[in-house]
Amino acid sequence: MTQALAAYDTYLSDFQALTPELDRQPEWLRDLRRRAFAHFQEVGFPTARKGNEPWKYTNVGSIAERRFASASGGPPDREPAVEDLEAVAPWCTVWHEAVFVNGRYSPGLSASAATHEPKGGLRGAVVLSLQEAIASHEDLVREHLGRYARYDHDGFTALNAAFLRDGAFVYVPDGQEIPTHIHLLFVTAGAGEPMATYPRTLIVAGRQSKVTVIETYVSLDGAPCFTDPVTEIALNEGARVDHYRLLLDAGAYHIGTSRVHQDRDSSFASLSFATGPALARNDFQVLLDAPGASCFLRGLYVTTGSQHIDNYLNIDHAQPHCTSRLYYKGILDDESRAVFGGTVLVRPGADKTDAYQEDKNLLLSDRAEVDSKPSLEIYADDVKCGHGATAGAIADEALFYMRSRGLDEQTARVFLIKGFASEVLDAVQPEPLRHWLEEKTMRVLPRFTVEAPA
Amino acid sequence: MAKVSPGGKNHSRPLLEVRNLHAAAGEAEILRGLDLTVNLGEVHAIMGPNGSGKSTLANVLAGRPGYRVTEGTVAYEGQDLLKMAPDVRARKGIFLAFQYPVELPGIRNREFLRTALEAVRQHRGEPKLAVREFNKLLDEKAKAVGFEPDLVKRNVNEGFSGGEKKRNEILQLSVLDPVLALLDETDSGLDIDALKIVAEGVNRFRSPQKAIVLVTHYQRILNYITPDYVHVLMDGRIVKSGGRELALELEAKGYEWVREAVAAAAK
Repeated sequence: MTQALAAYDTYLSDFQALTPELDRQPEWLRDLRRRAFAHFQEVGFPTARKGNEPWKYTNVGSIAERRFASASGGPPDREPAVEDLEAVAPWCTVWHEAVFVNGRYSPGLSASAATHEPKGGLRGAVVLSLQEAIASHEDLVREHLGRYARYDHDGFTALNAAFLRDGAFVYVPDGQEIPTHIHLLFVTAGAGEPMATYPRTLIVAGRQSKVTVIETYVSLDGAPCFTDPVTEIALNEGARVDHYRLLLDAGAYHIGTSRVHQDRDSSFASLSFATGPALARNDFQVLLDAPGASCFLRGLYVTTGSQHIDNYLNIDHAQPHCTSRLYYKGILDDESRAVFGGTVLVRPGADKTDAYQEDKNLLLSDRAEVDSKPSLEIYADDVKCGHGATAGAIADEALFYMRSRGLDEQTARVFLIKGFASEVLDAVQPEPLRHWLEEKTMRVLPRFTVEAPA
Repeated sequence: MAKVSPGGKNHSRPLLEVRNLHAAAGEAEILRGLDLTVNLGEVHAIMGPNGSGKSTLANVLAGRPGYRVTEGTVAYEGQDLLKMAPDVRARKGIFLAFQYPVELPGIRNREFLRTALEAVRQHRGEPKLAVREFNKLLDEKAKAVGFEPDLVKRNVNEGFSGGEKKRNEILQLSVLDPVLALLDETDSGLDIDALKIVAEGVNRFRSPQKAIVLVTHYQRILNYITPDYVHVLMDGRIVKSGGRELALELEAKGYEWVREAVAAAAK
């Protein structure tokens, strides 16, 4: 038997072990999970076989061939301490924290994280574990769960749905503006054992509501864990969602799928920050499904060593008068590699579409590599669309200019790297988060450390 | 010409001594045996036709990568300048105002200049300047060169007009307060108002403790900055030197006249 087949057997026995749990769940959910697992068994993990364009540059063999311990055994023996989390994740005492350990909601950690009463409170927003939500808001969960991120998208969404045991549920009722930022913190604590987790997030923003959600992934022991999260975000008419997605799970294989559905006049701003994973896939898709919807997706990835990051970003302009902006930047050192793919699709009739996508990369090493393939597919006439991609080293001209003013070479490089990152990070609204990310960016690049000017 | 600065420090030797300088960019030799001596308190204008090596001289003195010195020496304050890294030269008091100032996206003017000044002051053994003091200094200097307060806050040169970029060079000059200013075609791309503002900034910098080497194609800027010496650079060498009247003669007669005169003298 090949290693890959042995690994598939592990998923099967893990799923079979869930039978008693499935039996206790509502029928619609049990069915969904069973169908999802059957689908996984059918399609397996994607391969870079000929014609499979979305996976052309990213090989997930290292996931397919490895056996990961399922987190089905419940919470780990020792729950991490708040201090452990503070050391690896952004932290702010005025955020509303919901902490998940190995995919399961941790009431203890979530509560102890909330050392201060969040200013302004949640104002009617509901932040629950998905398990609780299935009990208390079943109709709402049933209406949205799996509707935007379908289990049959690929093997990863299928696995996530099959092992969908817990996760985060955020619901903002119509007309509510939530002043408190909601932080969903997903922690993998495998006690040294390679662990598979399947975090699931569902965010539903009611009409004319407004909310900021930060979705963070961390791992505590640096074991090569497999993180397979799926996030669904639904914006009703006129809603505004500010979304941050932070991949800080050091050493992980992180294959994330995010699906956003936007109704009329809604506006969605997302910023993805990735530094940690050994292998990361950020499959992000926004469906602009009614006139007047707009989205702005920003990203910054900072990679070192042999890290591999694949941003697969798709915007679907299904209706006229929608705007999309996609602005990703990468800083790559050593022999790390980045892939930028996906399509801005403008469907027939989606006139007055205004779309732009750009991917810019700064290569700090001549062994680093970027495959950047932004693309446009336009089936409407009256549109304004553009795209661009660049990759290059620090410009000698800029370096000399700075040195000619007295800055030593290292300081000049640090300035230029920070400047490059700031074009994305300046858009981070919560100030403590912006500072944390700025600092983190430079901490990831120890070759470019200088004494901070006092 | 011996000069004694107010501090009593003896500056009897020249500030800058260029001897038989040969330099190449790529395969092409551009400077071919250039000699130039600059003392404190002096303003030298280097004029010459396009391609004569004017900018190469300024860039070699500032240490721009991409140029190869194949022969000759340059002494700055008696030390071998060519051995110093560009940032060391800057900290020792050499400033190059760029012909094409570089845009630095994401780097704020204020923070950039504060870090640069801090590096220079540290080299001079001066104490750290508090942020508040620096801001005050920068705002004063910015006002003096007619720099919009908004531009000080923006990213270095990003989206600046040609005139704003050149003014930013002069602002940096006045904040960093070097000893030797190399102005590389600082007058190019400026309208008459911008030219006057830039010239005023240079004139304010001028003092017995400073020196200026001004590289220019046109004598226009010399209507506002009076040089002590004018040199004509041709084919990588200084072929004629004189006072400011030489610049007017060049303006009236063009460069070909010098070329012919030099050729005739060589016969």
